[in-house]
Amino acid sequence: MAEVTYLEAIRQALFEEMERDPNVFCIGEDIGAFGGAFKVTEGLQAKYGEQRVIDAPISEIGIVGAAAGAAHMGLRPVVEMQFIDFIANAYDILTNYVATARYRAFLPCPMVVRGPSGGYVRGGPFHSQNPEAGFIHTPGLKVVYPATAEDAHGLMKAAIRDDDCVLFFEHKYLYRRIKGELPTSDTIVPIGKARLAREGKDLSIITYAAALHKSLEAAELLEQEDGLSVEVLDLRTLAPLDDDAIVATVRKTNRVLIVHEDTRTGGIAGEITARINERCFAWLDAPVMRVTAHDVPLPYAPALEDFVLPQVSDVVRAARWVAAY
Amino acid sequence: MASRDSSRPRARGGRRDASVRPSDLLSRERKLELYFWMRLTRTLEERLVALYRQTKVVGGLFRSLGQEADAVGSSFALERRDIMSPLIRNMGSMLVKGATPLEILRQYMARGDSPTRGRELNIHFGNLERGFIGQISPLGDMVPVMAGVTLSFKMRGEDRVGLVYVGDGATSTGAFHEGINLAAVQRCPLVVVVESNQYAYSTPTSKQTAARQMIDKALGYGIPGEQADGNDVLAVYDVTKRAVDRARAGGGVTLVELLTYRRKGHAEHDNQSYVPDGETDWWATNNDPIDRYLAVLRESFGFGEEEITATDDRVRTVVDEATELADASPFPEPLDCLIGIYGEPASESPLWFRVGSTAAVERNERAEGWGTWSAGSSGEKR
Repeated sequence: MAEVTYLEAIRQALFEEMERDPNVFCIGEDIGAFGGAFKVTEGLQAKYGEQRVIDAPISEIGIVGAAAGAAHMGLRPVVEMQFIDFIANAYDILTNYVATARYRAFLPCPMVVRGPSGGYVRGGPFHSQNPEAGFIHTPGLKVVYPATAEDAHGLMKAAIRDDDCVLFFEHKYLYRRIKGELPTSDTIVPIGKARLAREGKDLSIITYAAALHKSLEAAELLEQEDGLSVEVLDLRTLAPLDDDAIVATVRKTNRVLIVHEDTRTGGIAGEITARINERCFAWLDAPVMRVTAHDVPLPYAPALEDFVLPQVSDVVRAARWVAAY
Repeated sequence: MASRDSSRPRARGGRRDASVRPSDLLSRERKLELYFWMRLTRTLEERLVALYRQTKVVGGLFRSLGQEADAVGSSFALERRDIMSPLIRNMGSMLVKGATPLEILRQYMARGDSPTRGRELNIHFGNLERGFIGQISPLGDMVPVMAGVTLSFKMRGEDRVGLVYVGDGATSTGAFHEGINLAAVQRCPLVVVVESNQYAYSTPTSKQTAARQMIDKALGYGIPGEQADGNDVLAVYDVTKRAVDRARAGGGVTLVELLTYRRKGHAEHDNQSYVPDGETDWWATNNDPIDRYLAVLRESFGFGEEEITATDDRVRTVVDEATELADASPFPEPLDCLIGIYGEPASESPLWFRVGSTAAVERNERAEGWGTWSAGSSGEKR
């Protein structure tokens, strides 16, 4: 089968799920005839019509709230945030209403909120964010952030079929840079399961999204230049975390570096470090270290953005430190 | 096509006292100044297009082609002490309020001596002394901010007015609603200008609101709403001046709707595939705000060709000189990114894996545009 981009993989999953289940519908800004700012939903309205691919006003609270209501009634909405940065507008309705609906009112919200996320694209402070941490902290929401075309496809299908609200972060830097082959059968990638992206024995890197590719590049370099055997774990799902996969890699290599593009304070690396301490501290030969973005609003100029965000050279330097400890 | 029916805007409520219009009182120099700002806006944007094609503009480029009258004429109704907050099509408004072409060029080119020192994009910058506050990307957010700015005028008894721009798209946001409602209840001296340019990115106004026109929303907030032909710079000035005078006299918030048309895409990478064939051409040929005002200058105000040509030459000189300076401006130093997140501490430290390094990478990769979809090299529609 031909290779498809990360972006095409998401689009294909949307087509497949809309075809499979007439309750699935898409709603968002400019997603219909225009096909969305990044063209993820291109062609969907032509095939499924304006009733199932809805162009909404610029009203993130309205869109997410309407999705919740429709989900209560048995529909399966897929909401697009034109840029994930604008999910902040819907923070109230997602955290206060959607996240608590099942628990307090026995009203499930089987819905997906998806959108282009992340930096390295010179998008400045409002088109580059990684706002996952605030939602990981909210019980009742699931959060996925795929790094490969296969996972983007399989996780989107799983997210649409899930009976709770799934926030689906898509990394815009990967949209057209990453390709993969999709399964021909109706296969999903289960939510809550990490994937071993590279096997190794000296050191584990735990990461997700665009940082996975920085980590793999670093791992290759470390193998060639230092003879280090680096294992790389792609979390894929951030809530709920795959504790078993984390513990397994810690017990295997005894040294851990966590890499994420999100800012440091309150980022998921802190949570992972705590869980490692709780579950397998005795297996560690070195402190758990992290490579993250600096705690800075993401600036526009290339030299500034590159300094704030983690780079391959940072992963290499940090991995050497952990390996030598 | 449908839009042609509305392409000759019929302004409602904008000319109640047709005898003396505020623009009648403008001096000859001020009338020419209106032309200067509109021409400067257009020429500067044309220069930015050239720089964008040379990949000297780092991020996206946002045009206001065809909207120069609405941007310039409205801000022209403000006094120096008044404060304005623009949206993405209001480069002209910012120029009127004292933003310089050099600042705008440096900003687009992400230079270290740009107003935001390379932190923010395009025209996202402000200057409180000169009376404008920079916008952010989430739409509508500046309406409540400007409610607060004008609340401060009211609390301190200052003779100052605020003006905030939104597009038709931003009127759908919660922030717009909450901000204008709060300002209305507090009778803040605020003018809310809705630029109805018929598209929010690809979304036509008919999919943005079920209201027949934006000024109908004013009724719900209990405030006056006035509409004007946004491509007639004098009508724009008149309607805004009346709203500004009302605010200054303690009359509270006015919603001003300016009917205009966005002739370019949302940004330079947008090929306008959603626009009916011939629509933008129709506006370029039949309703260009600069062409229209040139006719008024010549036929009604008696300006000669030499005065107009001299203004055009002045604009070109200003833009040429600014381009040269901007091109020579330095890029920011990487470590500058750690300064000024808080007042105290004044700066952050590099993280542990970066201690001692002065740059993150040897070479800063240039983004291929913004990551958003772009038309083929020939700009063909799909």
